[in-house]
Amino acid sequence: MAHAGKPNPLFRNLTAKVATLPMVVTALVVFVGCSLWTVVYSFTASRSLPVNDFVGFKQYDRLFSTSRWDQAVGNLLIYGILALIISFVVGFVLAAFLDQKIRWEDTFRTIYLYPFALSFIVTGVVWQWILDPGLGLQSAVRSLGWDSFTFNLIASPKTVIYALLIAGIWQGTGFVMVLMLAGLRGIDEDIWKAARVDGIPAWKTYLMIIVPMMRGVMVTALVIVASGIVRLYDLVVALTDGGPGFASDVPAKYVFDHLFARANLGQALAGSTMMLLSVLIIVVPWAYLEFGRKKGR
Amino acid sequence: MTVQLKTAQNPRGPRPRRILNPTRLMIYGVLIVAALYYIMPLWVMVMTSLKGMPEIRLGNIFSPPMEVTFEAWGKAWNTACTGLQCEGLKVGFWNSVQITVPSVVISIIIASVSGYALSFWKFKGSETYFTILIFGSFIPYQVMLFPLVMICRELGIYGTLSAVILVHTIFGMPILTLLFRNYFASLPEELFKAARVDGAGFWGIFFKVLVPMSTPIFVVAVILQVTGIWNDFLFGVVFAGTKNWPMTVQLNNIVNATQGVKEYNLNMAATILTGLVPLTIYFISGKLFVRGIAAGAVKG
Amino acid sequence: MTYSIQVKDLTLNFGAVSVLKTMNLDVTEGEFIVLLGPSGCGKSTLLNCLAGLLEPSDGEIWIKGKNVTWAEPNERGIGMVFQSYALYPQMTVRGNLSFGLRNARMPKGEIDKRVARASEILQIGPLLDRKPGALSGGQRQRVAIGRALVRDVDVFLFDEPLSNLDAKLRSELRVEIKRLHSRLKNTMVYVTHDQIEALTLADRIAVMKGGVIQQLAAPQEIYNRPANLFVAGFIGSPSMNFLPGQTLDGGRSFDFAGTRIDLEGYEGGAVGTRSKAILGLRPEHLLIQTQPEPGRTIPATVEIDEPMGADSLVWLRAGDLAMSVRVPVEQRPQPGQAVHLRVDIRHASVFDSETEARV
Repeated sequence: MAHAGKPNPLFRNLTAKVATLPMVVTALVVFVGCSLWTVVYSFTASRSLPVNDFVGFKQYDRLFSTSRWDQAVGNLLIYGILALIISFVVGFVLAAFLDQKIRWEDTFRTIYLYPFALSFIVTGVVWQWILDPGLGLQSAVRSLGWDSFTFNLIASPKTVIYALLIAGIWQGTGFVMVLMLAGLRGIDEDIWKAARVDGIPAWKTYLMIIVPMMRGVMVTALVIVASGIVRLYDLVVALTDGGPGFASDVPAKYVFDHLFARANLGQALAGSTMMLLSVLIIVVPWAYLEFGRKKGR
Repeated sequence: MTVQLKTAQNPRGPRPRRILNPTRLMIYGVLIVAALYYIMPLWVMVMTSLKGMPEIRLGNIFSPPMEVTFEAWGKAWNTACTGLQCEGLKVGFWNSVQITVPSVVISIIIASVSGYALSFWKFKGSETYFTILIFGSFIPYQVMLFPLVMICRELGIYGTLSAVILVHTIFGMPILTLLFRNYFASLPEELFKAARVDGAGFWGIFFKVLVPMSTPIFVVAVILQVTGIWNDFLFGVVFAGTKNWPMTVQLNNIVNATQGVKEYNLNMAATILTGLVPLTIYFISGKLFVRGIAAGAVKG
Repeated sequence: MTYSIQVKDLTLNFGAVSVLKTMNLDVTEGEFIVLLGPSGCGKSTLLNCLAGLLEPSDGEIWIKGKNVTWAEPNERGIGMVFQSYALYPQMTVRGNLSFGLRNARMPKGEIDKRVARASEILQIGPLLDRKPGALSGGQRQRVAIGRALVRDVDVFLFDEPLSNLDAKLRSELRVEIKRLHSRLKNTMVYVTHDQIEALTLADRIAVMKGGVIQQLAAPQEIYNRPANLFVAGFIGSPSMNFLPGQTLDGGRSFDFAGTRIDLEGYEGGAVGTRSKAILGLRPEHLLIQTQPEPGRTIPATVEIDEPMGADSLVWLRAGDLAMSVRVPVEQRPQPGQAVHLRVDIRHASVFDSETEARV
């Protein structure tokens, strides 16, 4: 019954504390602990097993002087920038068009989004077949009579990255479109009425009023898509396996290969630390903005 | 497709003045062209899988089969070779089931309880751990991969189903906890207070009051997790061990095997089979799937 | 005197913000106390502390002679009714009513008896097997009251129970709560921001602001003799007219922008000479007349009037000050007319400008 004094705060809501233990352990051990471990051991000369032989920035020197790593980073930059631009422009245009009281809206949306339900492995394998120079799209068009038609992205080191891009866009744009559509639907209808009363043309309303109002959704989508791009791995494995040569290599694959196939732990950890850094560059300013905004409110 | 418009009851965008105007036509044109691009790979997959190899070598990838055969499907399921084993994709399918079911169940149980504790039983520091967790979900998996391998080796579960289930549970936690926390936080707090006045404790409130009214969010979580875990490649290949490889890993091995003649019809049949589970969930769940990804993402 | 609830030096801080400041409140058995104040004044916080849903930073809460400061909500002998009803949507009305009793492992016969009694009192018998979703707002709130009723407790806590209802239902349920109180004779603590509810229901009203009880008294007392400027301005609609000025001749008269008003007959303490004071006059305690009376009237010009059925609210300007007067609708003056406002000094209040307290 009635308690005489104030209970020990340590035991207050004890069940709740125990129940959140898995979350706390995961946050501390995996997300903080494992990441820190990786950063620390990227400064060692570890080969197949981690060793405490600290060699300063040697692994990073080697990393930056390796042409394969340069290639991987360059590929990721091209892929990332183009994928972001295309998926945002296409995603927004499709969302804006779908928001015009379109017939079969659900059907269209279902079609645009279904690739997002598929794995990158499935995506890669399908597009590998479609882009096959011998029997795929190129030969199909040629068989229609256009003999000089060339669409051979996969075999050439110069163009293979665009093969990845086509597949990646196909898989992910629907997701951006859904987010944008949710953002559009969240905008007060009175804004549209006001714009129409003021006689502002629709395209201008979108550009000058709606897009700025969707800033929150845009930024969230940007952060999610961008940090997904940094992780790009499965798609490359399934579509090109990094080839021809290392022409379609990406950092995640570089790290994976050095981790398991090549038993060069130090290199792998240095590479993954660079990946961590690039994600932090994306996420921290965003978190700062979000946090700053919440404080201001 | 004929373009036929009815006056919208509740217009969102600018309302069309006339029934058929050039702008509307342009909009439908763009939507249809985009739809063709999105549908084309599915069409190619299905058509190719139904053809025989001779027809594939001669024909056009877009044309429907002249002679429909399900032979490739049978081979893909029963006898396709991954490495030295030639037991087909069915092995991978059952592995995927064995990985997905426990991972989904365990991660949802843990995350729903955490989300509940976070939204109603805040204590000092709980939000901090949660913030770390959410931040952690943005970290590339490669960064945490090797330490996790070492942990699994220490626990003696590396290369087993337990390892891959553990890893899926860990990495499913941020998004699921967020999902449940946001959902529970949207419920009126007075409900929780009323239950406390009625003498229900931590578990009583959770099981008797909250869970029965939270079916939709549990469905969303299941959709999210089944799709995500079924589609995973990285954790499967690293943690599961050769004999437990999930379907995605097997598919990649079948298609990208370096030796032997490429059997494209078999490859496409295998691809469809691998994509079938998430696709089925997607087509059945429809709006809930959309709600899941929007809820998980829009307010991160 | 037996106290049903005693709040002793209760303090609550959220971080640096102090929500309740060393609060003291004694509630006698069977009393109906209304906690009234604007949002953020701490009234709901106080109620949640009484219920055990918030833990105080300091101080004690005693219910029925027991220190319950750290007891769980269900151990305190209270029942609570919430603004949003807070009914469990997946349970039937019967399930909602009996949930607490089932948690207390009460025998089934006793549960049925209590549910039957509560549904008889609240006339919700026919609804027992429905889900809350199938009920109207008024019915839901009845069920919510029933949930407190079945607990068979001595103290009822109401957290703005009528705020989600429309005006008509609100007045119906207000009467019903009053009837319930006179039948059950429980102690009731009722939080609201609606002064009509407070004035009609309460035995005593505690007007709160900034985590402090500004005045604790019977409704009429609060209305006629507000303890300070805040209470005077908060109670009464439209708000009291505040005339800034000074008191003269040792408190015998009040000077408002050159107009002298006699304070003879003022029912307060010794006014004294104050260089800065405020004269508070309610709109219904002013009369509009055409002739001036020295020491009794204030010259003013009519601006607009708002007829409201029986009465009309007339807005006037006296110097720089906007004033309102309530008059019978057939006596309303023309806009633009110059008139004189006769002051009913027995119902006036004089406040000190510095302390804001009533003199």
